[in-house]
Amino acid sequence: MAASGLWLPLLLAAALAGRAAALWPWPQYIQTSEAHYAIFPHDFQFRYHSSSAAQPGCSVLDEAFQRYRDLLFSSRAWYPPEPTRKLHALEKNSLVVLVVTPGCNQLPSLESLENYTLTINDDHCFLLSETVWGALRGLETFSQLVWRSPEGMFLINKTEIEDFPRFSHRGLLLDTSRHYLPLTTIMDTLDAMAYNKFNVFHWHLVDDSSFPYDSYTFPELTRKGSYNPATHIYTAQDVKMVIEYARLRGIRVLAEFDTPGHTLSWGPGVPGLLTPCYSGSHPSGTFGPVNPILNSTYEFMSSFFLEVSSVFPDFYLHLGGDEVDFTCWLLNIVSAYDKGYVVWQEVFDNKVKVRPDTIIQVWREEMPVHYVKEMELITKAGFRALLSAPWYLNHITYGPDWSEIYMVEPLEFKGSPQQKALVIGGEACMWGEYVDSTNLAPRLWPRAGAVAERLWSNKLVTNLDSAFKRLTQFRCELLRRGVQAQPLNVGYCEQEFEQT
Amino acid sequence: MGPRGLGLLALLAALSPRSAAASGPALWPLPLSVRTTPRALHVSRENFSVSHDPGSSAGPSCALLQEAFRRYHGYIFNLDKSQRGPAKRNSAVELKQLLVSIVLDSECDLYPNVTSDESYSLVVKAPVAFLKANRVWGALRGLETFSQLIYQDSYGTFTINECNIIDSPRFPHRGILIDTARHFLPIKSILETLDAMAFNKFNVLHWHIVDDQSFPYQSVTFPELSNKGSYSLSHVYTPTDVHTVIEYARLRGIRVIPEFDSPGHTQSWGKGQKNLLTPCYNGHKQSETFGPINPILNSTYSFLSQLFKEVSAVFPDQFIHLGGDEVEFKCWESNPEIRDFMKWKGFGEDYKKLESFYVQKVLDIASTVNKGAIVWQEVFDDHVKLQPGTIVQVWKFQSYSEEQAQVTAAGFPVILSAPWYLDWISYGQDWKGYYKVDPLDFSGSPEQKKLVMGGEACLWGEYVDATNLTPRLWPRASAIGERLWSHSDVKDLEDAYNRLTVHRCRMVSRGIAAEPLYTGYCNH
Repeated sequence: MAASGLWLPLLLAAALAGRAAALWPWPQYIQTSEAHYAIFPHDFQFRYHSSSAAQPGCSVLDEAFQRYRDLLFSSRAWYPPEPTRKLHALEKNSLVVLVVTPGCNQLPSLESLENYTLTINDDHCFLLSETVWGALRGLETFSQLVWRSPEGMFLINKTEIEDFPRFSHRGLLLDTSRHYLPLTTIMDTLDAMAYNKFNVFHWHLVDDSSFPYDSYTFPELTRKGSYNPATHIYTAQDVKMVIEYARLRGIRVLAEFDTPGHTLSWGPGVPGLLTPCYSGSHPSGTFGPVNPILNSTYEFMSSFFLEVSSVFPDFYLHLGGDEVDFTCWLLNIVSAYDKGYVVWQEVFDNKVKVRPDTIIQVWREEMPVHYVKEMELITKAGFRALLSAPWYLNHITYGPDWSEIYMVEPLEFKGSPQQKALVIGGEACMWGEYVDSTNLAPRLWPRAGAVAERLWSNKLVTNLDSAFKRLTQFRCELLRRGVQAQPLNVGYCEQEFEQT
Repeated sequence: MGPRGLGLLALLAALSPRSAAASGPALWPLPLSVRTTPRALHVSRENFSVSHDPGSSAGPSCALLQEAFRRYHGYIFNLDKSQRGPAKRNSAVELKQLLVSIVLDSECDLYPNVTSDESYSLVVKAPVAFLKANRVWGALRGLETFSQLIYQDSYGTFTINECNIIDSPRFPHRGILIDTARHFLPIKSILETLDAMAFNKFNVLHWHIVDDQSFPYQSVTFPELSNKGSYSLSHVYTPTDVHTVIEYARLRGIRVIPEFDSPGHTQSWGKGQKNLLTPCYNGHKQSETFGPINPILNSTYSFLSQLFKEVSAVFPDQFIHLGGDEVEFKCWESNPEIRDFMKWKGFGEDYKKLESFYVQKVLDIASTVNKGAIVWQEVFDDHVKLQPGTIVQVWKFQSYSEEQAQVTAAGFPVILSAPWYLDWISYGQDWKGYYKVDPLDFSGSPEQKKLVMGGEACLWGEYVDATNLTPRLWPRASAIGERLWSHSDVKDLEDAYNRLTVHRCRMVSRGIAAEPLYTGYCNH
């Protein structure tokens, strides 16, 4: 690095050039000024505060520090600093992180607190959070605050942020049954989710089309039900890796094993599981949903969900649920395993008797009622609700549909404050009929970002012009980070996407 | 085509019915005539070679074929990622070689054009298969088909069935439009598109290179056009870049037709060329905005002459696309000098006449530099005087069949794009709609129908760049590729689906991120 006398003028020049930091999602409370500080990659460190409950050895944050280093500074070679150089007043050489509550080796949960504050001023460069999960959110925001002058200097403005999510369940659904998604695709998606502060990966693992989940209790399920048992499966090891990869990003994995419908692929591996359909008095050769009248079905489900409950450590399991009677006793099985459950809205619409702490996911736009009305009915009955209906990202159309996605207001139904509090969040859904690793990333990003901000930011953050500007810039940043995010509208990024 | 040509074979092909492709290999697009047998031959990666037949008019000095031989060897055998194939089983009969024979003057070092002969015949039988074509263009098409015939059996052995194929395209102009003005496309992305085009037997790249939003074409004569008009100095196509694209295309039998669209769609031109665009007026005062190219100044035409002189030298194709679509008249109407000009010319209030005046001059410039012209349909609709042979590209969806009828009735050749705007995405299997279109489905005489040169799938760039171009183009454009190549009787959607899903997986295995048609998987 050149003598310290040189960079100060560059710093001032940068001030005149104007800043360009795209924050997404927009924090709850932010105050910035034109004053800014320089960051020199070779000098800069993420550090734990001495009073922090999280210290070196905290895998979540140790890993995050490394990750954000790479995102910020890549692997550029920098000139080593003069060893005796004094820290300049306008320089920041560390972000100090203080986590209040210990819990580094735990899993994130629905109740996890994700709030944090970022203080960057003359005296401090400080990240304070309740938990490690909040620290992750703060690190992401910090990485978005750093910008570069035209000359290439890393800069950060004087900033004060207090942030927390509006909703605690901010999810993304991927469907690995209609099309198998390689692990790298899933992990890339988790990375991009973290950049957008999503915190739930709803894994719709199996369905009619294929059964890629490698069950150790019933290996025939996978052997007969997957597209290709050698290549198109998720082994126990794979699942463990996804869960840990997600955990390190503060993302919960909500597994869905949808029954009793959507189970055609379960049939070949478990003879007698599915209901044989009849043509007159003879079996037609085709099958319907799981057969609810056999004891063997009960035994199978019991064993299968015992396995699933232990493989997937999140408190919640998604059980799908398209039919009345079956779902009722299935829910009994699951609650015996000390899990909570999430179900699709049909379970509620069909008046299945469910535990009061069931979470209902609203996905149907118009039937049996408009989804806004559905949210009202569900919360009126005292259940917690998740909104997905207006956020089916697999439904593509010509033009910039991100704005419709963005302008959805999850609480726009008629209801008391208590009812509204029952809406725990929502999920963007990317069903897989027409989607696999060839087109998943551009179809997901940056459109899912619109959902991410709606679920994190303040309800009043609805200005489309500002959102467009920020999202366009954020999309270029996503590209820089290797996310194959498609364009919002005409334009360009300094660094365009090139296939590696 | 001389008596040594494939004329007789082609005649036979026209008479013979399409074979049941469903039971054979998955070919896309479906050739004119396929007769396949159950007799399977093995192909050894180590022993098999593609070579020039001694009697061929092309030999090792034909770089186009040499490159193609190497390329297709890779496509055929790199499917198998394993080091060594299984040991040859002695009972199997082996296909040792494919001999390629060009019958007439090869045209190996030439550029393809709209009359290029792309016909070929392929006879696969042990121990040597024969690919015969009049010109290298047919050999390229035949090599692609040959590569689609080879599959791996359940032991992993490369296998091909003995068969006899005669093939030639229904339409000579089968194009893809890319738009590098709304979003810059890195060269890699364009080259990848050319590869995929070759897999689908497309033969025209319509390069909509500049427009309102940016001017990435680096002009040697007018360097300020891209200096000031591109998104940034790194969002530029240098002369080397352009040449790379043209040569890469040529080696795949693909023509590159550039489009310099005017007088509308030219905002970016004005950044680097002062006084080119019409200054708009707010009453008597000049506003800060600009409209289409100013048609009343001599400087405009001297600029265009020089620009097109350069462009005609850089792009070797016989045709150049001059655009002429969506001209907004408001700015012209507001400009007092233009209003004076209208009066002087006796155009009254009909600005279409002014538009015609401009377009005619540009068409003259094109013929001065010895290029044929392609224009968007507005030029025809607005009654511009067109030279015979000017090609009209029909793009407006409403009543496009009537438009085709009118254009061909007036004696002009047509390129159809209206039903094939691939940038218009929607949920579900929209490829079926593209596949069902018949380009000759309009009322007209046989002579009129002969004027339909073919069509182009258009991927406008407002919402498209290198992040999503490939999955948005493929395999949807493949449906159009078959519609333009194969016989009009090839319409069965179920058979098409079965073949296209295999073809899509093949494209993926060759590095083209073609999106899925529907639920399912590829074997890799």
